Amino acid sequence: MEGMYAFCVGLLTACGVFLTLRGRSFSVVVGLTLLSYAVNLFLFASGRLKLDAAAVLGQSKSIGDPLPQALVLTAIVIGFAMTAFAVILAMRARADLGNDHVDGQIPQPRHGINQKTGGAK
Amino acid sequence: MQHLSILPILIPLIVGAALLLPPLSKNIQRQRVAALFGLFSLMISAFYLLYQVQMEGVHLYALGDWQPPFGIVLVADPVSVLLVALTSFLAFAVMLYAVNGQDRGGAYFHPLFMFQVMGINGAFLTGDIFNLFVFFEVLLIASYALLVHGGGKQRTQATLHYVILNLVGSSLFLFGLGIIYGTLGTLNMADLAVKVSSLHAENATLAKTGALLLLVVFGLKAAMLPLHFWLPKTYASASAPVAALFAIMTKVGIYSIFRVYTVIFGDHAGELANIATPWLWPLALLTIVVGTIGILASPGLKTLIGNLVVLSSGTLLACAAINSEAATSAALYYLVHSTLASAGLFLLADMIARQRGQAEDRFVHSRPLMQPRLLAILFSVGALAMIGMPPLSGFIGKIMILQSTQSVAESLWLWPLVLLGSLAALITFSRGGTTLFWRHNGNVSTEGEAAKPLEITAVILLFLASPVMVIFGGDMTIYTQHAAHYLHDFQSSAYDLLPGIMQ
Repeated sequence: MEGMYAFCVGLLTACGVFLTLRGRSFSVVVGLTLLSYAVNLFLFASGRLKLDAAAVLGQSKSIGDPLPQALVLTAIVIGFAMTAFAVILAMRARADLGNDHVDGQIPQPRHGINQKTGGAK
Repeated sequence: MQHLSILPILIPLIVGAALLLPPLSKNIQRQRVAALFGLFSLMISAFYLLYQVQMEGVHLYALGDWQPPFGIVLVADPVSVLLVALTSFLAFAVMLYAVNGQDRGGAYFHPLFMFQVMGINGAFLTGDIFNLFVFFEVLLIASYALLVHGGGKQRTQATLHYVILNLVGSSLFLFGLGIIYGTLGTLNMADLAVKVSSLHAENATLAKTGALLLLVVFGLKAAMLPLHFWLPKTYASASAPVAALFAIMTKVGIYSIFRVYTVIFGDHAGELANIATPWLWPLALLTIVVGTIGILASPGLKTLIGNLVVLSSGTLLACAAINSEAATSAALYYLVHSTLASAGLFLLADMIARQRGQAEDRFVHSRPLMQPRLLAILFSVGALAMIGMPPLSGFIGKIMILQSTQSVAESLWLWPLVLLGSLAALITFSRGGTTLFWRHNGNVSTEGEAAKPLEITAVILLFLASPVMVIFGGDMTIYTQHAAHYLHDFQSSAYDLLPGIMQ
């Protein structure tokens, strides 16, 4: 279970980092969302992974650590609000700047060199 | 007063919420009066807290009476109350400037300003590292919205970069905290400091990873190389009161570095003792170099001040890397000085820009200012303070920092860089000042907007701190030495904050 869990967190982080490094604001926002999912799972695992362990005393034989659950809850709320803000800001930038590139202008490929421009045409 | 130490968080929260509600929300005059009143009472309570802490010692405030290390605590100690008092004073002066019309640029300026002050005060006061994250988010989300205040292409673009960078920073912060909680099993800073020395060897590398991830996050806030690129552009494009309030934001990062890497991962941390020092020292020096180059290359006054903020961040980080009581004391003195001086200069740059029409704050030929004498005198005072020329506080701060180097090697690295940085600032300020005030085409225009008396008062208030810090330099250095001693003394900064734990 631990290996599977670690793999999932790692995959989410890798996808998140890749998308965050793209040039268009939409993929950046999706990347930030994936990163925050990865973080939430990661925080959850910081209290160790246990089966059949309730966080409330007297409910089960083994006891789960309640603190990471509280931390995840806080992180989810904050992450959600921040994502919402990033989406609105990206839309505002699209309206103000006329395109959805994070730099506000779509980089022109240099003459003679076929540059890759982070998803921008 | 038992609840005094939570007031710096509660006052801006309550006033900020009240500003959103009917009797105040519809009328901008009422909002201004309420905001000024709230910030004034915040300032009174912060300075009273400072006095109390000096008289009676550290205040430990357990929220909901859950005892540390299980509950969240607020720690009002000499270091944090100094910064809370600084924030409250700065916020009051900046609001005094903003009520003259700068607050009309967008909705909800006053409540957002309050929430940002609340986040900054909370980040200084908290004794729990996860709570530090929460207050970071509070101040960040307020700052995102404040940054777009006033609108415009430049601002939207700068804000987009700032928001994305800081969201990634927040993710890294949480990763770091998860690792630290997973290995050490606690989030209370004092408890972390005690537990880190008895860490199992197999977990040491993991804990070190977590601790250094936090350094990346704090470095991003403090504009440490290579995470400083966002700063000059963001500060230059923000509206004046927002940029002036942001002068304290890099200091939140610096403060966190001092707190985490002096108390938790300091001399007593066993295998993890002083883990940040090998990174901090070269990066701090490089930050100073980049700040210096940026200063020389600045095309306008606001960018120049932004680069000066980078330079002062580098200097403060070098103090953190030296890691001694003398250096910490010097850093605290310099921190107060550089925050107030750069905030005053941001406000002044705005007044100058408004009177120069199209040229704004750029160092180019343009029409003459409407109030050349007044603004030029203020400019020269601010510039002298910021460069570090006698007789103002920048000089004393820099002398203290230069004196605090411990070995010849440290002196050989730090002295030339700090002095060259000051020289670069001197050159650019003289060049820029000459252009702004003397090289004009002579046609006085009436289009510009003269600075209002309250705006001048706000700037004078901020600059006045500099001579006051020189006149009361003795008391001030005694206080900063006391605060630095507190931070470096493991008994007082860790065990005394955990009443239930035996040594």
